[in-house]
Amino acid sequence: MNPKSLISITDFTKEEYLKIMRLAEDFEANPNQKLLQGKVIATLFFEPSTRTRLSFETAINRLGGKIIGFSDSSSSSVSKGETLHDTIKMVSNYADMIIMRHPLEGSARYASEVSSVPVINAGDGANQHPSQTLLDMYSIIKTQGSLDNINLFMVGDLKYGRTVHSLLMALLQFENPIFNFIAPPELAMPNEYKILLASKGIRYFEHTEFTDIINAADIIYMTRVQKERFIDPVEYEKVKNVYILRNEMLKNTKENMRILHPLPRINEIHTDVDSNPKAYYFTQAKNGVYTRMAIIAHLLNLK
Amino acid sequence: MEKHLKVSAIKDGTVIDHIPTKALFKVIKILKLEECSQMVTFGNNLDSKAMGTKAIIKIANRFFADEEVNKIALVAPHAKLNIIRDYKVIEKKVVETPKEIRGIVHCFNPKCITNSENITTSFEILSDKPIAMKCFYCEKITNENEMIFF
Repeated sequence: MNPKSLISITDFTKEEYLKIMRLAEDFEANPNQKLLQGKVIATLFFEPSTRTRLSFETAINRLGGKIIGFSDSSSSSVSKGETLHDTIKMVSNYADMIIMRHPLEGSARYASEVSSVPVINAGDGANQHPSQTLLDMYSIIKTQGSLDNINLFMVGDLKYGRTVHSLLMALLQFENPIFNFIAPPELAMPNEYKILLASKGIRYFEHTEFTDIINAADIIYMTRVQKERFIDPVEYEKVKNVYILRNEMLKNTKENMRILHPLPRINEIHTDVDSNPKAYYFTQAKNGVYTRMAIIAHLLNLK
Repeated sequence: MEKHLKVSAIKDGTVIDHIPTKALFKVIKILKLEECSQMVTFGNNLDSKAMGTKAIIKIANRFFADEEVNKIALVAPHAKLNIIRDYKVIEKKVVETPKEIRGIVHCFNPKCITNSENITTSFEILSDKPIAMKCFYCEKITNENEMIFF
């Protein structure tokens, strides 16, 4: 039997989500707990992702663990043609846990089958990035006091954005969510998710206009509209400046409302929003460290 | 009038009937009949009231477990099996779409790990008519018209 890993957000139960939230809160209050003393954690980044890697490595350092690994496959045996199977077999003999980023979808699930130690998926292509979703959830619970009754506005690329799909799936475990999707038709929320919401009787609304409808939001989750997603560059030019959040749009939004973004942002949140107390995306990134400490501690049964 | 069989009868074995004509060779491949040492006869483009045309396969002295034969549901969802003993049909079966499929089909997603490493594909069947199946690894859905067989 393979040890417990975190590959997809749906691998965890609601109880596990809530445990991660509690542990993250505990780590935020006491960030230096040497639970990983004497342990070695491998961070295998087959493609570069500086933000995610630094967040995980900060979490490991704060827990007192040692790190082995690579930040780019060109500096690993992969460049000599080694299979993922063999890399994982070897590293799972060295380390107590593997944290992996890989450009191919399904690579993390496969690694968890091959590995004798827990695997955390730090992104497998366009598929899953569950620690991002858990830190989004921690940011919501921290700012709203609960994951129930959240009116969530998702804005931008809702078609390809894996973060919005995973967050939607996770919130289905909680009471009475309301989803508002704001996107150009080319990047609308895929039908499979809308069918799922309808089948569960969960309210959702679709919009193409980014207007004062956001005044009802508890959370506005902004994403990047990426040029490479468009077949026709003219279509991109038409929408690229439509989904930009500006400070003036926030004046009638709810007091408790907070703006999240998985980062990096390009221009979809104007810099004049940054000083607004409702801008939460940099704190959200900081929350990622505590959330990842919680995931590591949970999977290794340290807490 | 003398009844004339277009594909000769077998004494003992399995007859797989109502195979879509386009699926005949896929069924042969899925059931690995090219490796079968027993007599295998087949006919294609035979008249069928229900299907217009159909294919049929007769395999002497071979009897299939349900899970083995259910794999052909991906290409021949309406296939019917006749189990023959001493020239008589002793049992009739229909194929049922399994809940999971291992091997047989490639994941349609070119960025799926199963298309770059030596991994047996694994799918959860989400719907059977038309077929939609979710890759256990990349979680993408392969539809009936995107299925590529090994």
